[in-house]
Amino acid sequence: MSFEPKIVAFLCNWCAYAGADMAGTSRLKYPGNMIAIRVMCSGRVDPEFILEAFEKGADGVFIGGCHPGDCHYVSGNYRTRRRVEMMKRLLEEMGINPRRLRLEWVSATEGQKFARVVKEFVEEIRQLGPSPIKKEEAI
Amino acid sequence: MKKKIAMYWGAGCGGCDVSLLGIHEKLLDVLEKADIVFWPCATDFKYEDLEKMEDGEIDIAFYNGAIRTEENEKIAKLLRKKSKILVAYGSCATEGCVIGLANLYDRDEIFNAVYLDNETTPNEKKIIPQGMEKEGIELPEFLPSLKTLEQVVKVDAAIPGCPPPSPVLEEALNALLEGRTEFGKEVALCDECPRKDTKPDKIEIERFYRWHEKEDDGSCFLAQGMICMGPATRAGCGGECTSAGIPCTGCMGPVPKVENQGIAMLSAIASIIEDMDEEKERAVMESIKDMVGTFYKFSTAKLLPYGRFKDES
Ligand code: FES
Repeated sequence: MSFEPKIVAFLCNWCAYAGADMAGTSRLKYPGNMIAIRVMCSGRVDPEFILEAFEKGADGVFIGGCHPGDCHYVSGNYRTRRRVEMMKRLLEEMGINPRRLRLEWVSATEGQKFARVVKEFVEEIRQLGPSPIKKEEAI
Repeated sequence: MKKKIAMYWGAGCGGCDVSLLGIHEKLLDVLEKADIVFWPCATDFKYEDLEKMEDGEIDIAFYNGAIRTEENEKIAKLLRKKSKILVAYGSCATEGCVIGLANLYDRDEIFNAVYLDNETTPNEKKIIPQGMEKEGIELPEFLPSLKTLEQVVKVDAAIPGCPPPSPVLEEALNALLEGRTEFGKEVALCDECPRKDTKPDKIEIERFYRWHEKEDDGSCFLAQGMICMGPATRAGCGGECTSAGIPCTGCMGPVPKVENQGIAMLSAIASIIEDMDEEKERAVMESIKDMVGTFYKFSTAKLLPYGRFKDES
């Protein structure tokens, strides 16, 4: 059976989630491998969520937030940027390919961009193969 | 009636055994309420003595050290069977401690680093440890990864610290002898740190320093750009390290109700850095060398219970 990546996406309410909506209402096609979780701000995404998503079986984790300067809560997305940067390095030291974690800025009008980055990400994860992290299996 | 207590030393440095003696005359108070029935490091008991005991005969068993060999695992299971209350004593048993960092490497890498290609202990004849068949002495198998006590058997209570500082230990012993399995402080180290008044809301720095790279000015280490695990670490030691001029590295483990100390700290660091442009930000992040060693110095075994993943493609 061919490998279908499972992607968990955290999308901020004000931009990325609206962008995903836009992609939908514009009838743009993108792969259905993604489970979207709406959060009020990308800054709500505690790095623990990222690790937990991987432990529960995600092959990739996607975070979508407002463009720098546009965060509804002023600086949430800057925190996210730093956290993601640090998480990537942590994942790498754990022996996990940091490309499994992706941060993108998507505004409410960028339905096109949303569809494109999701498609790219799904393809990238498909190439990387299944994540080795799943906890239950390891035990 | 006096309680029966036991203490075992798994994979660890021996500091935990010493810490129990380190409560000095208070140990005599403990011995008024309890008899030691097994403590290989200090008393002459053998594994057979333990095997002969009834199940549940020991009231409180303390296990210090991690599970690294078959022998550690076997005794952990045996002690579990023979005890009513099993306590993870110290950081190794609770979280894997510094030796848990070995989970970043596999068995062969560890073996070679220790016996064959170690720069400071040349081994030209390539002598490696082995059992003595004739005498019937076998070496216990080295497990594929290091485990905490809880990853092997059910644990009823844990005493944190590397080793547990005396005040923490005294409180824990009193509680356990009274039949309580919950004890210790519920706040972070910053709360009792002598430097706490200088803790900033935001830090403005260009890079992080390791503590030997910068002269300590006596203020909050984070404000000075040195990573101190205080905000994510359980209080109880009274700031032994920070008052001696050394940042906290987190041996007391997470504050209760926090699962993942390392990630809590990583997140805190990312939050308190002043907003800046992306390039600069990256340089600050990159100045933190060794993420696992910094944030998981005492809990790598919890982060990577089966060793490092292999997802390099
Ligand atoms: S609200 Fe969108 S990133 Fe903060």
